Amino acid sequence: MSASAVDIQEVTHRYGGHEALRSVTLDVPAGALYGLLGPNGSGKTTLFRILSTLMPPSEGNARVFGLNTTQRSEAVRNRLGVVFQDPALDEALTVRENLRFQASLYGLSGGDRRARIDELLARLDVTDRADDSVDELSGGLQRRVDLARGLLHRPDLLLLDEPTTGLDPGVRRAFWTAIDRLREAEGTTLLLATHLMDEAERCDRVGILSDGALVADGTPAALKAELGNQTLWVETDAPAALRDRIDAQFGVPTRTVGSTVQVAPSDPPAFLASLYEALGDHIRSATIRTPTLDDVFMVHADAAPDVEREQVLARSGDE
Amino acid sequence: MIRDGSSVRGVADVTTFFSHTSTPNDMHALRTVGALTGREMLKFVRDRSRVLGALAQPLALWVLLGLGFQGTFQPPTGSVDGSYASFLFPGILALVLLFTAIFSTISIVEERTSGFLQAVMVAPTPRTALVFGTALGGTLLATVQALLFLLALPFLSLSPGPLGLAMVAAICLGTGLAFTALGVAIAWRMDTTRGFHAVMNLFLLPLWFLSGAMFPAEGAAPVLRWLVWGNPVSYAVSGLRHGLHDFTANTATLAGPVVCLAVTGGFAVLMVGLAVWQVRQPFFET
Repeated sequence: MSASAVDIQEVTHRYGGHEALRSVTLDVPAGALYGLLGPNGSGKTTLFRILSTLMPPSEGNARVFGLNTTQRSEAVRNRLGVVFQDPALDEALTVRENLRFQASLYGLSGGDRRARIDELLARLDVTDRADDSVDELSGGLQRRVDLARGLLHRPDLLLLDEPTTGLDPGVRRAFWTAIDRLREAEGTTLLLATHLMDEAERCDRVGILSDGALVADGTPAALKAELGNQTLWVETDAPAALRDRIDAQFGVPTRTVGSTVQVAPSDPPAFLASLYEALGDHIRSATIRTPTLDDVFMVHADAAPDVEREQVLARSGDE
Repeated sequence: MIRDGSSVRGVADVTTFFSHTSTPNDMHALRTVGALTGREMLKFVRDRSRVLGALAQPLALWVLLGLGFQGTFQPPTGSVDGSYASFLFPGILALVLLFTAIFSTISIVEERTSGFLQAVMVAPTPRTALVFGTALGGTLLATVQALLFLLALPFLSLSPGPLGLAMVAAICLGTGLAFTALGVAIAWRMDTTRGFHAVMNLFLLPLWFLSGAMFPAEGAAPVLRWLVWGNPVSYAVSGLRHGLHDFTANTATLAGPVVCLAVTGGFAVLMVGLAVWQVRQPFFET
């Protein structure tokens, strides 16, 4: 068996004529916390549906602990826990009834089942609400109960699909504390879909999906380092034009991201001074800082469409 | 190709499910069935409006039609009991069965959109057990409700013996199972409860009207008679008549008790097979 928890090879998926995933290849080592970043519609949900065996990919192979998700779907489901965007709980039942029901689906019963439910209730701080009906719980509590639901059978791989969307910061922190404790206690591999950068920063590895393609894959530090160490970010009204002029006059690497031009010179402060001298009236503001994951995301996720849009703007504005 | 293969597998699974129950996998399957059935019961008990709705509508129909047709109804030749209310009674039982069974599956539509069903589908449970568990809950509910209607028996001068009652219970279980399974098969692909209601009304009422429940088949126009003969619900209604009249020969029935049981049972197996096939398809359309 391979040491990969998730091994996706050249997976392409189409809904009718629309390509939701384009030849995605991705590897998540066992025990890792892997963050999948991407704007809505980038293919995260499609990838999760394939991994959770709810849908076969149009092309390519997806394996979970070496097991093909299409051919060995039942074996995959044995090792898999999934926490969806919306809590998958029956609101008419109590917390404990929900967990008991779900545990039965995984073949747990009797004392084992009771012990595991109590353990998870305690770990997620919901023991005192165990006999309350789910529809009486706040959104944050429901998420926590849903996390317990996904963990009942001690899955080796847990898929988390934007599990903290709509939660306030305090509740999110509690959720993450629970995740950290879980990794420590059970060594679970986690694949997290998110669009929150601070959550991505916690990951061992991050992949960025854009328009169905995996456009970046690496540790947060490595991805940030790709953008250079100290970089200069220049806000301007005509980013494409400014970029071309910097190229022509200074010959340093540049890139446009939205209305910002990112410049990576060897000595940013000195460069900024000469830039202001030469092209000061084109600059709205300028910042020198180390790249954040947010920058990485903006560069990769928005690069393609923005370059096109900017070129069109530049062409129409020039003449 | 693949679709054909899985449909055969679905039916094969139904048979293996009945034939042996000893391996750990089977224990797991039974546990799944138990959990799903238990949940269905809990939900039903907590939702009183469902109990009321499922009983009140057929009761009202029975009383209104029974009293309305009292004077004009011509009992079928050789029938022991002439009143329309007692002629209609087995049909009312069938109506309770059909409605309770089918509408117990309507929650599947909501569970599909809320994500609850996805969580069930990513559990490593045999799909056959999933269908059986869901169907069994609905079946038991439908049967209990139908049997509650038997409290009206003393008003109808019907007094079936133990064997007759066993026949009624068997028909109730078979019909309940068939229609919950049909409900599962249809609800599985539905995105709105509105759509489910539309499709159900298309199925349920014609099946009931053409079951020999409202009028005896022998007096109907030939076209209708053929439709009644081809309708599986007719055999359930006939089976109920056999049971309620304690197998006295002169009741308006289509076939003998054994045939009625066989058709009802066969129809249930077919519907469960259909539901298993449906549940085995990829959860999301591709």
